[in-house]
Amino acid sequence: MSATVAPAPSPAQPHALPRRLLGLVVPGALLLAWWLATRGQAYSLIPSPGDVAAALADLMVGDEGDAFSGRLPAHVLASAGRVYGAFGLACLVALPLGMLIGRLKLANALLDPLLQLLRPIPVTAWLPLSMILFGLGARSAFFLVALGAFFPVLVNTIFAVRSVEPRLFEAASMLGVSPARMFPVVVLPASLPGIFTGLRLGLGFAWVVIVVGEMTGVQTGLGAMIMDGRQLSRTDVVVAGMAVIGLLGFLSDLAVQTLGQRLLRWSPQHG
Amino acid sequence: MLRAEALGKRYGATEALRGANLRIMAGEFVCLLGASGCGKSTLLRMVAGFEAPSAGRLVVAGKPVTGPGPDRGMVFQDYGLFPWLTVRDNVGFGPKARGLPAPEVARIADRFTAMVGLERFAGSFPHQLSGGMKQRVAIARVLANDAKLVLMDEPFGALDAMTRERLQDELLAIWAERTLTVLFVTHSIEEAIVLADRVIVMSPGPGQIVADEPVDLPRPRDVASPEFNAIRRRLSALVHSDHGRQAA
Repeated sequence: MSATVAPAPSPAQPHALPRRLLGLVVPGALLLAWWLATRGQAYSLIPSPGDVAAALADLMVGDEGDAFSGRLPAHVLASAGRVYGAFGLACLVALPLGMLIGRLKLANALLDPLLQLLRPIPVTAWLPLSMILFGLGARSAFFLVALGAFFPVLVNTIFAVRSVEPRLFEAASMLGVSPARMFPVVVLPASLPGIFTGLRLGLGFAWVVIVVGEMTGVQTGLGAMIMDGRQLSRTDVVVAGMAVIGLLGFLSDLAVQTLGQRLLRWSPQHG
Repeated sequence: MLRAEALGKRYGATEALRGANLRIMAGEFVCLLGASGCGKSTLLRMVAGFEAPSAGRLVVAGKPVTGPGPDRGMVFQDYGLFPWLTVRDNVGFGPKARGLPAPEVARIADRFTAMVGLERFAGSFPHQLSGGMKQRVAIARVLANDAKLVLMDEPFGALDAMTRERLQDELLAIWAERTLTVLFVTHSIEEAIVLADRVIVMSPGPGQIVADEPVDLPRPRDVASPEFNAIRRRLSALVHSDHGRQAA
């Protein structure tokens, strides 16, 4: 992994950097292909990389006065707020619910069939109903993003609290832990890695769903911006919006992963 | 210390243990020896309180066993350590669970971590340790909790031969120093003779106690001595004598 443990026979060959750069080869090739394919075509439906870069610059700091200039920070803030807010709400419901379903037979019998029925329904299918229930705009978007994050968190939480090794309960009980204290002392810490996986998937999914969520007629947000760009045939704005969502989702996941490595140092899968 | 009278255990139609009578005095080191299916682990798990007897009486330190408790510490073959706790915190788990104040917990944890020679690994997590080290933590954790009766379920069965011998020596040293009572399950005749004051021989189908053999050799015991081999032969005959129901 690091240059310090590289075997002796490969002198002056720092391994870490080339490995990381290797991940840039395919994207670089794709970018080149994209540039070659769109080069020299004045009016193409697909914008060139240069067009997208220009659109991005204009979105960030432009003051040309068109509908998109300089509006990116506002869109990013609106979408990020929606993603994290809705994710938080989803966790608030999914975490306790998952723990109940995973540990209590009654809760499982009562709720599991319903949840298994709801789970395969894609978020997009909820869009019309959501607009009726929550109206056009921000509340609908919030609901859809929360729904997208909800099931990964729930399913992983159920699985995590359910698959605690029975041996650990025996060990804890013979050391004097009463049945009532089992949950905080054994179940919770033992299931943290699994729960964490669910959080990571859920947050990732919230970023995936944000465009659909913002199809509900909100004014600001990256999804709204992409929809506007589509209607005005500004494909450069559309692609720029896609790139920004990809980057934000990536950074968000990186932050969560780093946090996980800190908190779950004890787990061979995370530490 | 321990008294079992006509103790039996059934799982549905199968009878895992029948009519076990056993007395163990405080300070004794007793091995339960037998092939798989002889009910030795079942007996141990009933003493630990993990399983309720189907028949008979079981009394430890004057009280009938009704469930697991810190007076009976168990050492599992697969360690059963808490992976999210460091070595020190695993050792201090019992005292902390019993509500001792934090400085006291820390003092006990440090003392017993040192007792099994793991001071240098006090801050390590279980997945960073070898099997022998994990089992040392498991033993320290039970001793730190002041268990009067230490129950061991083939604790060294998953370890390599050298580590096993070293841990046997260490266990005997700790047992002698702290006057523990130990009930130790094994399927190794040699291990039983190396460790025990008394060897309880069990046989399968249904599991029952067939012999109670004292081992009157001075410690440390020489596994190559004629006396050791005489006991080995006698126990081997008992273990392999089919009581009408030889398991395949």
